[in-house]
Amino acid sequence: MTLDSLSRTDSPTTTPPRRPDRPRRAFARRLLRSGSGAFSVSLLVLLVLACAGAAWLAPYDPLQNDLAHVLEGPSAAHLLGTDTVGRDVLSRLLFVGQPTFLGVAEALAVALLIGVPAGTVAGYFGGWFDAVISRVADIGMAIPAIVVLLMALAVFGQNQHAAMITLGVLFTPGLTRVARAAALATRNELYVAAARVAGLGHIRVMVRHILPRITNPIVVRSALLAGTALLVQSGLGFLGLGVSPPAPTWGGMVSEGSTVLQEQPWLIVPSGGVIAVTVLAFILLGDALRDAAQGGRSGLGTAGRRLGAAPQTVAGTVAGEAAPEPVPNAVLEVRDLTVELPLAAGWTTVVDGVSFSVGPGETLALVGESGCGKTVTALSVLGLIPGGGRIARGSVDFGGTDLATADPSRLAALRGSEIAFISQEPMVSLDPSFTVGNQLVESIRTHEGGSTAAARIRMIELLTLVGLPEPEAVAAKYPHQISGGMAQRVVIARALAGRPSLLIADEPTTALDATVQAGILELLRSLQRELGMAMILVTHDWGVVADIATRAVVMYAGQAVEYAAVEDVFTRPAHPYTFGLLQADPHLAVEGQRIRTIEGTVPPPPSWPVGCRFAGRCFLRTDACDASPIPLTVTGDARRARCLHTDRILQTTGAIS
Amino acid sequence: MIRMVAGRLALSIPLVLIVTAVVFVLMNALPGNAASAILGTNATPEAIESLTRELGLDQPVWAQYWTWLSGVLQGDLGVSIFNNEPVTDLVNARFGVTLLLLVGALGVAIVAGVSVGVLTARRQGWVSRVIDVLAIAGFAVPAFWLALLLIYLFAVQLALLPATGYVPFLDDPLEWYYSLVLPVLALAAGMITSLAKQTRDSMLEVLASPYVTALRANGIRERSVVFKHALRNAAIPIVTVVGVLFVGSLTGAVVIESIFVLPGLGTTVVTATAQRDIPVILGAALYLTLLVVAINILTDLAYGWLNPKVRAR
Repeated sequence: MTLDSLSRTDSPTTTPPRRPDRPRRAFARRLLRSGSGAFSVSLLVLLVLACAGAAWLAPYDPLQNDLAHVLEGPSAAHLLGTDTVGRDVLSRLLFVGQPTFLGVAEALAVALLIGVPAGTVAGYFGGWFDAVISRVADIGMAIPAIVVLLMALAVFGQNQHAAMITLGVLFTPGLTRVARAAALATRNELYVAAARVAGLGHIRVMVRHILPRITNPIVVRSALLAGTALLVQSGLGFLGLGVSPPAPTWGGMVSEGSTVLQEQPWLIVPSGGVIAVTVLAFILLGDALRDAAQGGRSGLGTAGRRLGAAPQTVAGTVAGEAAPEPVPNAVLEVRDLTVELPLAAGWTTVVDGVSFSVGPGETLALVGESGCGKTVTALSVLGLIPGGGRIARGSVDFGGTDLATADPSRLAALRGSEIAFISQEPMVSLDPSFTVGNQLVESIRTHEGGSTAAARIRMIELLTLVGLPEPEAVAAKYPHQISGGMAQRVVIARALAGRPSLLIADEPTTALDATVQAGILELLRSLQRELGMAMILVTHDWGVVADIATRAVVMYAGQAVEYAAVEDVFTRPAHPYTFGLLQADPHLAVEGQRIRTIEGTVPPPPSWPVGCRFAGRCFLRTDACDASPIPLTVTGDARRARCLHTDRILQTTGAIS
Repeated sequence: MIRMVAGRLALSIPLVLIVTAVVFVLMNALPGNAASAILGTNATPEAIESLTRELGLDQPVWAQYWTWLSGVLQGDLGVSIFNNEPVTDLVNARFGVTLLLLVGALGVAIVAGVSVGVLTARRQGWVSRVIDVLAIAGFAVPAFWLALLLIYLFAVQLALLPATGYVPFLDDPLEWYYSLVLPVLALAAGMITSLAKQTRDSMLEVLASPYVTALRANGIRERSVVFKHALRNAAIPIVTVVGVLFVGSLTGAVVIESIFVLPGLGTTVVTATAQRDIPVILGAALYLTLLVVAINILTDLAYGWLNPKVRAR
């Protein structure tokens, strides 16, 4: 009875939000198309039919003794051998299967008859119906099933029906919960509300609209319960309870076999095997039913297939590309960085030939919408590409070491001590299970060694440095006990613990309130001034760029599309994407003027076009844009842009400013 | 935290009452006189009358239950119908072995299941798929069948361990250990596979979380990332599963005890069921239900200890 642990982790499956036209037939098709679905359904149908037709199919009379042939192994005459008194094992298995399956059906029927109405009522009506039913179900879930089963067997004698009906009642609380969760999810949907407004009675709404929608999770759960019922029944049969000897269950046959384990171990194999295989079929059926139900919900399967059919982007340096010159004394120099991720379509390029460099004490901003590859670029520098990705091409030079090819231990030693990282959401970038102090002390001791006492002193120093009053009090708190702004200051303190020379900040203020944002930016700026760190700032917020960046790299669909000093970006953008982003930024909007957003979205990596990737959203698009990959071209002193119409866009922007 | 345990206790009282009341309700639901049904067709009228009085079947159902309950509150669980032995003594003498088996199997399952789960979370690939298959097999293969296979292999074929029987620790510690190896393994097997799967799944989830990336990005050593940070957070859902597995393993324990002929509560209750010895079953039911209550409270405490968000409340 470890079923609950298996199924509970799946959490009660809820029903799909939309209503497909012909749910039943599509569902059955999906079920049978999957390998395990077809296997389990055909196996169960075969077993049930074989047992039901035992009278015609069985080669022998199941009760006919043959003392000349006892305890034989499998042979042509007896396919599964014979038992202690020479009865044919196959014939017995088939006949015994009848009460076995009947018992499973009894338990399931009882559970469904009580659980589904109870759960539906609780979920549909809510209120005190729900309170009472849920509370009773909670208690019921904790009842040790075996105890109640044995009580029922004791009172009713060796009666299998009593045991299986009792088992059905014991299954009820779990099933009630599943039905309740599904009904609750359906209740609030529009068409249910509409049906109620239209004057349909509660009973009719439940039967016509709620029941069909909770069927899937109920059926999934029932498959697992059937497996459990068979296991429990077999266990009882094995103990010799609930059955009378000439007509045992499969479990009883294992028990008979166990008495002659020494003489003929084979005898426990057919009976035990058929139990295991049948339970297995029920579990696989449950899995397949769940998958089939989910397949209908999201359509992910077909999306995945479409993804697979998409042509791979050809990765390679674009002809005529004028990569930007590195800054003198660069702390970090990234050249032609190309990163691939293992997506459904296979290895897919997500960052494509990006080059940039950062000088000491300088702040470089990586700007663009989400999905342009900014964060992947930043994490690649640290050797922490998400999703099992890899650097396919290019180099990441940091103090003479190429991080793109460095071995993992060298990278690990660099992280935190030379290059530190601040991630997007401060609240989720701290381990929720340890106090702020514990995490900071660990960071400090990892980088500097020394005693815990020394690390605590340094910790207080760091917390004070990042502007947290009462550092002792903050250190004693868990992450969920501090505000987002405080958490970001703690995260910054942790990043500073190793005295890094380069700080990578991925959207450090996005998740914070506007008032807190300014404080964090001010902190970063002053820290950078005091400590002389170089900084790479990933952001989509031009306000942040204007505030602390010296240079900007604008990224679109995995490529750098523009490089410029911050003043130039704002006054004379050289790429239509940069122009569009600036137009769409609320901070820069002129009062009374409508904010113009860029229409469309960033194309996902597998569907990048061959030519200009921004062409689909660009107001300057010409046929030439789509013909071939667009190289970066020089557009001014230390400026680059990836556009065929740089002149026109500079004219437009020049006219505006 | 305190409120959580208090809430659990509040639910536990009706739980104990419901489980123990079931048998009285069932006896009265039985058509005809339950005493004559229990004693069978050959019973003398005197015996039936005496059992009727003993079980209180001549009184209304609530009075029967109340009589039993007030006995329980004074530590008196009645006497066995079969041999007149006081149920309290019987159950006390047998409870230890059952607890040993359950706790032993749970301990083995936690150590083995969590280790395998952590290892496979770190190294994906075929081992992980094997775990998936074993997790299903561990559920599908009945524990009693696995026990028979173990007996056949280790006791009959290899003759390494005793097939059945129990040796008290004080008689011979080594034999005591040997007598427990197979039962504990047979009971633990299913729990190991489902714990390994649960551990692997929650480790993978935690290892993919932003704070693990942040820890790695700031140079925290991989060993600390996995064993301190990830395991601690992954343990929170694991604890819940352990509690559910333990309650579920009661069924397995009853069967396993019978196969290995261990003198525990399981064998007692199976014998009592076959003999329809109601007072003994009730006594065993009470103990096992209290054990479930204790486990649920321990699970809650462990959950709260691991999860600071719960602890603070």
